[in-house]
Formats: sequence, structure tokens, C-alpha cells
Amino acid sequence: MQNLGLRFPELLIWSPLIAGLLCFILRSEKNSKAVALFSSIVTLLISGASLIYADDKYLSGLTDQYVWMPYLGASFNVGLDGMGHLLTFLTAFSFPLIFVATYNSTYKNSAAFYGLMLLSQAGLMGVFTAMDALVFYFFWELALIPVYFLCSRWGGEKRIQATFKFFVYTFAGSLLMLVGIIYVYLQTPVTPLSDHSFALNAFYSLRLSFPQQYWLFWLFFIAFAIKMPIFPFHTWQPDTYEQSPTAVTMVLSGIMVKMGVFAVLRWLIPVFPAGVEKYQTVVIGLSVFGMIYASLIAMKQDDLKRLVAYSSIAHIGLMCAAIFSLNITGVQGVMIQMFSHGINIIGLWIVVELIEKQTGVRKISQLGGIAHKAPVLTVMLVIIALANIALPLTNAFVGEFMMFSGLVTFNIWLAAFAGISIILAAVYTLNMVQKVFYGETNTLTAAIKEIAWNEKIILSVIVVAIFMVGVFPQPMFNLTKQAVLLVLGKGN
Amino acid sequence: MNNVLQLVWLIPFLPLVGFLINGLGRKYLSKTLAGIIGSGAVLGSFLISLYVFYSVKSGNTHIAHYFDFVNIASLKIGFDFQIDQLSAVFLLIITGVGFLIHVYSAAYMHEEDSKDYAKYFAFLNLFVFSMLLLVMGANYVIMFIGWEGVGLCSYLLIGYWFKNNDYTNAAKKAFIMNRIGDLGFLLAVFWLISKLGTADFHSVFANVSKLSTTDITGITILLFVGAMGKSAQIPLYTWLPDAMAGPTPVSALIHAATMVTAGIYMIVRSNILYSLAPVTMEIVAIIGLATALLAASIALFQNDIKKVLAYSTVSQLGYMFLALGVGAYSSGVFHVMTHAFFKALLFLGAGSVIHAMSGEQDITKMGGLSKKIPVTYVTFLLGVLAIAGFPFTSGFISKDEILLNVYQHNKFYFYLAAAGAVMTAYYMFRLLFLTFFGSFRGTHDQEHHLHESPKAMTIPLIILAVLSVVGGLVQLPHVFGGHPYFSEFLNPVVKTAEHADANLAFKEWMLLGGTIVGLIIIYLVTKKNYAVDKVEGEYTGFKKILANKWYVDEIYDAVIVKPIQSVGTFFNNIMEKKGIDGFVNGVGKAVNYGSRQIRLLQSGHAGTYVLLMVVGILILFIVQMFL
Repeated sequence: MQNLGLRFPELLIWSPLIAGLLCFILRSEKNSKAVALFSSIVTLLISGASLIYADDKYLSGLTDQYVWMPYLGASFNVGLDGMGHLLTFLTAFSFPLIFVATYNSTYKNSAAFYGLMLLSQAGLMGVFTAMDALVFYFFWELALIPVYFLCSRWGGEKRIQATFKFFVYTFAGSLLMLVGIIYVYLQTPVTPLSDHSFALNAFYSLRLSFPQQYWLFWLFFIAFAIKMPIFPFHTWQPDTYEQSPTAVTMVLSGIMVKMGVFAVLRWLIPVFPAGVEKYQTVVIGLSVFGMIYASLIAMKQDDLKRLVAYSSIAHIGLMCAAIFSLNITGVQGVMIQMFSHGINIIGLWIVVELIEKQTGVRKISQLGGIAHKAPVLTVMLVIIALANIALPLTNAFVGEFMMFSGLVTFNIWLAAFAGISIILAAVYTLNMVQKVFYGETNTLTAAIKEIAWNEKIILSVIVVAIFMVGVFPQPMFNLTKQAVLLVLGKGN
Repeated sequence: MNNVLQLVWLIPFLPLVGFLINGLGRKYLSKTLAGIIGSGAVLGSFLISLYVFYSVKSGNTHIAHYFDFVNIASLKIGFDFQIDQLSAVFLLIITGVGFLIHVYSAAYMHEEDSKDYAKYFAFLNLFVFSMLLLVMGANYVIMFIGWEGVGLCSYLLIGYWFKNNDYTNAAKKAFIMNRIGDLGFLLAVFWLISKLGTADFHSVFANVSKLSTTDITGITILLFVGAMGKSAQIPLYTWLPDAMAGPTPVSALIHAATMVTAGIYMIVRSNILYSLAPVTMEIVAIIGLATALLAASIALFQNDIKKVLAYSTVSQLGYMFLALGVGAYSSGVFHVMTHAFFKALLFLGAGSVIHAMSGEQDITKMGGLSKKIPVTYVTFLLGVLAIAGFPFTSGFISKDEILLNVYQHNKFYFYLAAAGAVMTAYYMFRLLFLTFFGSFRGTHDQEHHLHESPKAMTIPLIILAVLSVVGGLVQLPHVFGGHPYFSEFLNPVVKTAEHADANLAFKEWMLLGGTIVGLIIIYLVTKKNYAVDKVEGEYTGFKKILANKWYVDEIYDAVIVKPIQSVGTFFNNIMEKKGIDGFVNGVGKAVNYGSRQIRLLQSGHAGTYVLLMVVGILILFIVQMFL
């Protein structure tokens, strides 16, 4: 059985990859939607099964290694630790939700659309399981490149500008990271097969000099900061979220931003401890300022998608600040929040999509009174919105509580300043709820109908997940306990 | 003893079940059923609370552990309940008064359609559940869960009639102002956790010696900021009057009897910390006193029956904080209890008046109602007497105890507090006379519809009226032949300083005499001015400032809301679009431009390529030589 356990990381990549390629080969408009949904459910089952092995005794051993370019010291090495389990499960859990929620949307050339979506999923799985820097980089790009196409071909009116900006940002980031990876690689010692090694362990056991760490830190950090994104590297995000098809936006915001957070935890903090320590304050300062900055801008948004985008920037800022506080409570909070934020924001997008599909608009000022017409939708949205502002017993509360707790250990004044975003989040979220759902209906919203049963099911799944994690978060802590210690250099 | 442990979880669980049934089944439940489920759940909790009350009489504390909420290397938070004398008192208030208000609601809300009716009871049950979590939690985190939970329910119930924008604005304002306070609460909890690694009451209080004076002062001030939000103290009180947008029974339950007293509960719960922070205590006393006076002054000339009561609530909460600030914890809690009786009574009475007046809330358009709705009138009158401090009513006993304690602490505070009590009597008598005396000033339609409320509404009024009158006797001072049973009961949680005062009897008699004389004068003055046939229209001069609430809302808007909005606009329009985006797009354009220029190099002439190659090699060579 243990052998089977070892195969999981690999299976998680193969399943969407093969299905994605299948979509391209079949070129069938009708079937590709079904293939995508089916494969995403299979992936979810695989991921669910892999959690059985998410036991302490397997955590270190669940890796799969193939020799791949041995002369370079790179191998196709993928594995699952607690954090990997968490994020692959998030990925596997999100895709079926996304496919079902957008099942009624029709795309031109849908075979290519679903093919690219699945390739992106494969890339994400690879990023979260990679135990080798080159593999990591490869999957990082595999996850991103489909998004350029998805956004530029199926996006909104201003999709070209948005994609261009997205491209400039992420390309710059990837380039910096690649330079960084190659430099670090060149510092690794000789292995039996090659001069240097890309292996994660080799990176971890490397003791780089302080000056080296100082500038390498920025190469990696900027790459990851763009992905998260952290102020001032964030302006691609609102445009891209606004212009992308909603399914893509869900992937971007629900899962892809976690690539940045994840990468900081796996590839930055443990590899450059001295750099992290030196720039800790700068990064936390940027993150905290970004939280307030994004929250204030969110208050000014009239477009639902941009509102959610800025709200997300504020939330991610807190995650980054908590990571750099470098204590167990804060990082443990980040772990659970990566999952919660993913679920909640997908829920928000689903609601936005439902509203836009029925009324044709996303402008808050043009909506109103939806609560009369669609009470179930309203109840669901209110619950998700409350989770977005981290009300107790929703999933986000535990995470935010612990992240702030970690931040206070670093500096209580900064934490207090960051805490203003808790208030601002309530301002813009409740404002949105009020303007969109309460009040009287208008000509646009008068025709809104209650949501269909499949949408009810999806939203119910999200709501149940919100409360389950919110009331019983302990299983998530158990899952990621070891990973947290490893990140902070306190494990073995 | 173990029996209690096995049952306490039912106390919050029953309302939670009520919430789920009414919430999920709202399409299928009849109004009667929804009302029975909602009220029955709270009645069940009340009966268990009674049982709990008797089993903690002997002075013991129960802690029940259910599961680990958070259990990691650096932090452990259990989902634990703590039952002791303090929580028992609050349990009885919440479930007892709560039950009466549920019953009252069943009749008051009968015009809603059955779906909304069930929704209303679902929210009400959810509120009771959250409030019970708040007072039962054995650590600050569970307390905070309840704390924000009640804030949410308050939001949902204020905005219950969600079609009206003013109402949803009020709901939003309440939530946001509470959140400002909540941030203070949270920071205090984080501070505690960072110093002691725990948020459990018993471990925190057992380890206070590990905290520095700065820690304790900081933590207690931050906790008090939380209390300011929830219990509507300066500067965070302006949401409570607006919260009157909700249905009247909600105002009675949430915005008078229970939720707004959560801040008092929290401070009394943390009395070990507060007693070590004299600076904070003084701040609490001053803020409490200032709030009591400010709110009372505003209440003097309000014309909306619910607004008068709302400001009165803010003012009475101020008295409670004043009591806590001078160290009279049990007096504060005692006033919470008596206030719950008479303020719930007054609000429900006001609801009955509004009901009779077909929705009218302006007291200048009422008058002469005493004969038309006699039960409401008599019970309301008893409520007014209690809050005004008529001798030996519950309000008299609790307020005089506070005043005596304040006198011990600072005579100047005492005189101000006494002045507040005079204002209290004044605005309450004014309300009474305008509403029930003089001649009717409403429309003919309203007069035609005037009717006494049904039994489901009047019976709770009668019970609360009885409690308002006799409920204080459990703490009747020795001088008047009583015994302080109430503070004795609380003694295990709150050590009340016993100050031997030779003149105590004398002071008690002085207060009694002063109260009687004062009340007679105020009665005569207000009767002359307000038991009238016609009411003056607009207020002028200082009265106008009071009627407009000292313009505090307008000042907040100009000083806080507008500037924050401007910063947002600046960030959005200038920094984001022109600054950062401008830069990024600039880089993009530069790259575009650059690549177009470089493309010109790809001319296709072999000669150019060779030339460039040679130049390149030369450069490499030179670089090699010098490095």
C-alpha cells in the first residue's frame, strides 16, 4: 500500500495533464466540457485518497523520484508534505466547483478552453508538489502560460491590455526567479551524478553567505510578491480579474495567488534565512501598508470584480505579513487561511458571475433589491461575505486570528495599524451587500430569478466548508503542523 | 455537580437548534409553530439556567471542556464553557428576559408573512445563542466568538426590514462601530496571548503577576475599547440610537437588556486585571460618567419615543461603567439586572404604544393614552418610576448603591452623577406626560384604531413591571431592613471591598430624602410643561443643539468619514492609476519601443552580423584581460 501512497503526487499531475491533452486531441466542443468535469472529479478523488496518507509517518516519505537530466542534477522529484496536501487538495477541490458553477457558460472553441484550464491545473499540482527547483520552475510556467491565452482569447473588452500588463509583471518575476534559481544551483556542491543539484534538499542544506542571501532574497521575493501580489507589485491583478472569464479569475484568485504564498514558504524562507531576517521589517511594512491601501481602494470600487480583487489583495497582504513575522502561530494561521481564502473567494466569484449572467452588469450602483427576488442566493452570499470579513465560526476567522496573533508577537503597533483593515473590510463588504442585495429592486434586478439547483449545491458545498473549517479547524492544523516547523527551521 | 456539567451545553444548544429549524424551515412553518419553536427553545434554556443558578449558589465554578478549537505548539484554545456566579446571573437575565421578549414578539410581529416571521425568530434565537456563548465561554476567544456573533445578529435584526435604506444604513453603522471596538478587544487578546500564551480566564488571572504594569494597563484599555463599541460609550455610542430602526422587541432584547451590557460583563469578568490598573479604572469611570451625562442631556428633548429610551440606555450604561470604574463591580452587575427589567419593560411598553398608535413614534403626536391602553399605561408608569429612582423600586436601590460608591471615590463625580439622575427623571416624566396625559394629538384614524395590545404582549409587560418594582429587594441595604444577597452571591467572582463607613446609614437616608424631594419637584415641573393639549413645534437655542444630539454624527462625518474617503480616492485615482500603473505601462511601452529599435539590427546583411560578432568578441577579450 505504501507504494500506492508514493504514486499520489504524480497522479495528481498526470490526471489533469492527460485530460487536458485529450481535450486538445478530441477537439470536440461538446465532450470537452464533460471530460474536464470528469477529470477534475477524478483528481479530487485522488487527492481525497492521498489525504489518507497525510499521516505523520508518511509525511517525509511521500515523494516520487525519476531521474531527469541527471547530468544537470535535476530529477523529476515530486512529493507531498502537509502543506502540499493542503494546497493540492485546495486545487483538486476548487476545479470541480469552478466547472460546475460555470457549466452553463459557453465558450467559443471550448475544447481549447478546457484544455488550457486543465493544463493550468496540472501546472498548479506540479508547483505544489515539486521537490526540485527546475521542476518547480517548469510547472510554475506551465500553470501561468495557459492563463495568458485564456485571458487574451476569452476575456472581456480590454483583455489585450490586461493580458499585456499581466504578462509584463509575471514575465519579469519569472525571469528574476530563473536567474536566482540558476545562481543558487551553481552554489550547490557536487553530487555523485553531476556538478550541482536542483534538489530542494540541496537548496535547503546550502549555507549561502549573507551578502549573497541579501540580493538573492529580492530576486525570489519580487517574483513571488508579484504572484501574491504584494504592494506595489499588484496592479496587474484587478485588471486581469476584471477582464478574464470568471472561471479563469476563480483559478487565478482562488489558487494561483497561493502559488506565491506557497513559494515564499517553501523556496524563500528556508533557503535565505539571513536575507529574510534582514528584510523582514521591510516586507512586513510593505504588506501592512498594502492591506490598508487596498482596503481603502476597495471602498471606492463600483465594479464587483474589482472590489473582490482589492479585497483579496488586502487579505493576501496579511498572509505575507504573518509569514514574515516568523512564528508558529502566524505561519499556522497562513496555512489554514490559504485554504479558506481559496474557498471563500471562489464563492464570491460564483455569486458575481450569477448576478452578471442575469442582469448583464457588475456595477454596484446599478444593482439593488436582489434579496427579494433570490433569497437563497442572498443567504449564501451573506454567509460568504461574512467569511470574507472573518466573522467568528467562519473559516477565515481562525486564520486571521492566528495571523494577527503572530503579527502582534512581531510588533503590536504594526498589528494595530494592520487591524484597521478589519474595520475597512466590514465597511466595503457590508456596503456591497447593502447596495446589491438590500433596498428596492430596479428595472435591471426586477427580473432576477432564484438560482438553479446546481448553483445551490455548489454554494451549499462552499458554505458547509466555511463552517466546518470555522468550527473544527484542528484537523487542518494537524495536517500542516510539521510543514510549519520545517518552514521556520524548527523541524528536522 | 456532574449533572450540571452534562447539561450546560444545552443552554446555548437549544436556541441554536431553534435557529436552524426556523431558518431552514421558514418556508414550511406556520407562524404559530415558528413562534412556539423560537420561544420554547429559550424557555428550555431558562429552565436549565435556573438549575445552574441553584447549583453554583455554594460558590463553586464549573469548567466544561468540549473540544480543542486550536491546539498547536504555541497556542491552545479550547472550546470550553465556564459556569460560575457571574455567568449564572447573566444566563438568567438573558434567557429570562429573552423568553418574555420572544413571547411578546410572537404577537408584535404577527403582521409579517410567515416566511419573514420564521426568519425573525431564527435571528432572535441566533442572537440568544451568541449571547450565551459570550457569557459562558471560559476564555477570551469563545467570548469573542459570542461577542461578534451578537454584533452580527444586531446587524441582521436592525436591518430586518431590508427594503428601507435608512434601516440598512443603521444596521451597517452598528456593525462597523462595533468592529472598531472589536479591534481593541482582539488586540488585547493577542497581547495576552503573546505574553502568557493563553487566553483562558483562569490561567490568565492566575498568572497576572507575570504581566508588567504597562501590559496590564494596555490590555485593560484595549478591552475597554471593545466595551465602548458593544456597550455604546463615548466615542462609539452613536450607533445605538440609530439601531432603533429594528423592530421594537429587538431594541428591548438586544439594545437594552442584554447585548449592550456585554461590555460590563467583560470588564467584571476581567476584574482581576482591572483592579491592577488604576489608570484604566479612572478612564472607565470618566468615560462612563461623561457618557451618562451626554446621553441624558440628549434624551431631554428627543421626540421619538424609542430615541428617548435609546439615549436613556446609553446613559444608564454609562452609570454601569461609572460603577465599574470606581471598583463597585457587583453594583455594576446589579444595575445591569435591574436595568434589564425596567428598560425591557419600557421598550416593550413603547412597542405596545406604537402598536396602538398604528406605527406612530413621535410623542408630540400622542397624548392622553392612559385611559385608552390602561395596562400599557400602568406598567409603563411603574417602569418610569423604577428608572427615575422612586424609593425602593429596583432602580432606586441599584442607582443609589452606585451613587454611594461614587461618593466614596470622588465627591465631584458624585455630584455630576446625581445631576445625571435628575435629568433621567426629567426626560422620563416628560416622556410619560407627553404620551399618556394631556389630550390626544394624533390623527382621527389613529384615534379610531387605538386599542390595548393582546395578552401575549401585556403579560410580559406585567411580569417585567413586577420585577422592576420588587426586583431590587435582593440588595436592599441594611439601613432599610434588607440584606445584600446579590453581592454576596457574586462574591466568589467579584471581591467587593467592604468599607466600614460610620456614616453609611446617614448617607442612605440623605439620598432617600434627596430623591423624594427631587422627584416631587421634577414631577411638578414636567407635569406643568408636558401634560398639555398642544406641544411647541421647533426647538431653539440650546434646546436645538440638544435635540440635534450635539451634532456628533455630523462632526464624525466631517472629521473621520470624509477624510478616510478622500484618502481612498487619492489612492485609487492618483497613486494606483497614475503612479504604479503609469510606471508599469511605461516599462511595457519602453520594452515595446526598444524591441522595435533592436529589430532594425536584424537587417539580414551578413556583413553587419560579422562586424557585430567581431566587436562582441573584442569586448569579451578586453573584459577577460582586465578581470
